[in-house]
Amino acid sequence: MDRHVDRHQVLPPIVTAALPTALPVLPALRPLLPGNGLRRGGVVSVSGGPGATSLLLALLAGTSAVGGWCAVVNLPTLGPAAAAELGVDLERLVVVPSPGRRWAGVVAGLLDGFDVVAVRPPGRVGPGDARRLLGRARERGATLLTVGDWSGAGLRLSVSAPRWQGVGGEGRGRLRARCLTVRTQGRGAAAQPRLARLWLPAPGGGCTAAPAAPAAPFTESGGRAATTAAGTGS
Amino acid sequence: MVVWCPGWPIVAAGVQPGTPAAVVRADRVLTCSAAAGEQGVHRGLHRREAQRRCPGLVVLVEDPSGSAVAFERVLTVVERFVPAVEVIRPGVCACRSAGVSRYAGRRRSKAGDRSGDGSGGHLAEEYGNDVDLAGRLAAAVGHGCRVGIADGLFAAGLAARRGLVVQPGATREFLAPWPVRDTLGRPELADLLVRLGVDTLGDFAALPPGAVLSRFGPDGARAHRLARGLEERPLALRQRADGLTVSVELDPPVDRADRAAFAVKALADGLHERLAAHRLVCTRVAIEAVTERGERLVRLWRQDGTPASSTVAERMRWQLDSWISGAGDRSSGRPTSGLVLLRLTADEVTPDDGHQLDLWGATNETDERVARAVARVQGMLGVDAVTTAVPGGGRGPADRITWTVWGEPRVPRLPESAPWPGHIPSPSPATVHGEPVPAEITDGDGLVLAVSGRHALSAPPAWLSVAGGRRVPAVAWAGPWPVDERWWDPAGRRRLARLQVVTADGAARLLALRGGRWWVEAEYD
Repeated sequence: MDRHVDRHQVLPPIVTAALPTALPVLPALRPLLPGNGLRRGGVVSVSGGPGATSLLLALLAGTSAVGGWCAVVNLPTLGPAAAAELGVDLERLVVVPSPGRRWAGVVAGLLDGFDVVAVRPPGRVGPGDARRLLGRARERGATLLTVGDWSGAGLRLSVSAPRWQGVGGEGRGRLRARCLTVRTQGRGAAAQPRLARLWLPAPGGGCTAAPAAPAAPFTESGGRAATTAAGTGS
Repeated sequence: MVVWCPGWPIVAAGVQPGTPAAVVRADRVLTCSAAAGEQGVHRGLHRREAQRRCPGLVVLVEDPSGSAVAFERVLTVVERFVPAVEVIRPGVCACRSAGVSRYAGRRRSKAGDRSGDGSGGHLAEEYGNDVDLAGRLAAAVGHGCRVGIADGLFAAGLAARRGLVVQPGATREFLAPWPVRDTLGRPELADLLVRLGVDTLGDFAALPPGAVLSRFGPDGARAHRLARGLEERPLALRQRADGLTVSVELDPPVDRADRAAFAVKALADGLHERLAAHRLVCTRVAIEAVTERGERLVRLWRQDGTPASSTVAERMRWQLDSWISGAGDRSSGRPTSGLVLLRLTADEVTPDDGHQLDLWGATNETDERVARAVARVQGMLGVDAVTTAVPGGGRGPADRITWTVWGEPRVPRLPESAPWPGHIPSPSPATVHGEPVPAEITDGDGLVLAVSGRHALSAPPAWLSVAGGRRVPAVAWAGPWPVDERWWDPAGRRRLARLQVVTADGAARLLALRGGRWWVEAEYD
C-alpha cells in the first residue's frame, strides 16, 4: 500500500528536459550508493553468493516506487513474487527471459525506453559490447544493472555472509528474514569502499538496515546453534 | 479495404440524388450534398446563410440513429462479398483487405462447382482481382459509394475518397501528396504543421520519429505513423483480448430497442470497467445478439481514441435499432423473433497510454518510449519473447505467477483470493526454476530422506547435494508442507511435500519430494 501512496506524492523523475542525476533507491540502500541512488547513465554490477538476486530486485524497487519502468533480460528463473514483496511494481516490469545470442542488442533497445535495465550476460562480455551499452545508457540517462562482474562498471556491489532467521535445526518455523553484508567498490565518486549490513528480506518483507555488527558469530561448527537462536528472536 | 458512401446522412434520409440538401446540427451545416456544395454551401455554415445561398435547400436535422439503421442495409450487401465487416461510422465501413479476394473467390468457386461447370479455380482467379472486386462491390452497394483498397485502414480510407486501389507496398508513395489538413483527423496538429511549412503527408513522414514525438507528443507520433503508411499503433500492442466479454440475458425477450436500453447501458459500463481495470483501451467492439430462435447476429464497430462507455452504449443502441427495425426485411436475414441475449466483446485492445497521462502527467511520454523500446525488441525476437508477470494464487512458487506476453490482458491463471492450503508463506524465493533441478537430501546415516503418509520426515536432513554436485551440510530446515492437488483426478493428481533447507554456506532452497525424488524448485538467493 505504501508504494501506491508514494507514487502519488513523489513526482516521477522521468522528464527528458531535466533528468535528475540518480534514480531513487530504497532508504536502506542509500548509504551504499554515491548520490544516494542509481546514477543515470551508469553501470552497476551485483555479484556474490546467495542474496545477490534479491539485492538486484531491491535495487529496482526504488525506481518502481516513483512510477519508473524496469526491464530484466536473460534471467529466466526470476521470481516475480519476491520482486513484488521487495517493492517492485510488476505492471512496470518487463521481462525478456531468453534473448539468446542477441542479448546485447536487446539490452541496447531497452535502454532507449526504460529507466533501469538489469541483465545477466550469458557469457564473458566483450569490451566492444560493454562500451556500446555503457554509451547507450549514458545517452539515454538509463541505468544498467548487471548480474556478475562487468568490466567498466562504475560501481560494484557484492553480497556476503548471509544468515537466515526463522528456521533452526529442529525443523520448526519457516524462513522469515535474512541478514547479509553488502560491500561496494567503485571508481570516481564511488572510489571510497562502503559496507552495510542489511535485512534482505526484512522480517515482514522489504529491505531495511541491520545493525552494523553481525548479531551473532556464525561458524561452520556453531552455525546450527546460531541460526536457531536467531530464529527464536523474530 | 474501406467502403465509403459520401454524404451518407443525406442519402440515409432518402433525399433524391441531385437535390441540394444539408444536414444541420445546432443550426450549423454538418454535411451537404454535391448539388448544395456547388451553390456555396459548406460544412460549418449557419443554416440561415446556407438557405440564403441556396434557396431550394432541403434542411435535415442530424439523426445518427436513422443513418445507422439505414447503413445496416449497405453492410448486408458488403457482407455478401467480404467477411468480418466493421463499421467505422454510419456511411463508412472497412474490412481486412488480405483474404478478401480469397474469400470472395472461394464463395464464387463454390457457386461455380454447384452449377457444375467445375472451373472454380479459374473463376477465383478472375474474382481475386482487387480492382474487379472493388468495382463489383461499388455497383452492388449503389448510393454513389466508393471503394478504396490499400495497406492499412488510414490509406484505404483516403483511397476510398477517390475510389482507388493502391498496390501493396505503394502506400507511402500514395500518401505523400495528400495535404495534412483534412486527412489526419487532427485539425490542431495539421494547423501547426502547415505553419511550420509541413504541408503534405510526405513532408510530415520525412521528419525523424524521435523529433516528432518530442515536439508533438504521443498523439502526434501516432499521426506520424499514419503518414508513414504504418498502423496508428504498433501491431504488437494490439493484441486480441480473449475474455473481455460482458453479456446479459433478456427476460422477457426484447423486440424493441428502447426496451433494452437499461441492459445496453449496464453492458457498456461493465465492459468499460473491465478495460479500465486492465488499463486497456478498446479499439474495436463486437456487438452480438441472440434471438429466441437461436439466430446469432454480430456486428463489429471500430472506435477511435478513448471512447467513453456512453459512446459504446450509443453504438449498441444504433445496432439494436438496425437489427430490430430490419426484422421485416426478408432478404437480409434479420431476426425473426425477440432478442434473448446481448453480448459485448472488446474485440481488439491496446494498452491505455492516456490513462497514465491522467494520473502521472509527464510519465506518459515515458510510457510511449517504453512501448517503442518493447516493440523494437519484439521485432528482434518475436512478440512472445517479451513477457510480464502477473501474480495469482497457487501453492508452489511457479504456480503463483502467470507469465503473459507483454501487452496482453493481465489475468492470473489461478485466482489469488482462493485459500491455498499448503502454500509456502512469504518471503518468496528470488529464483524459481522453470524445470526443477534434481537434488538429494540425506540424513546423518547417508539415507535419502523420505516423507511418510502422515507427512513426517524419516529423519532430520543432514546433507544436500544439488544436480549431482558436492554434498553440503544442511544447518537448518523447515517443513514439510504437503500438497495433494486434484486428488479427484487420477491423471492430473499431484502429491508432493516441500521443504525449506538452509545449507552451511547460507544458501536457502525450496525442495520438493515428488515421485520418490527430491528436486530444487526455487532458491532464496
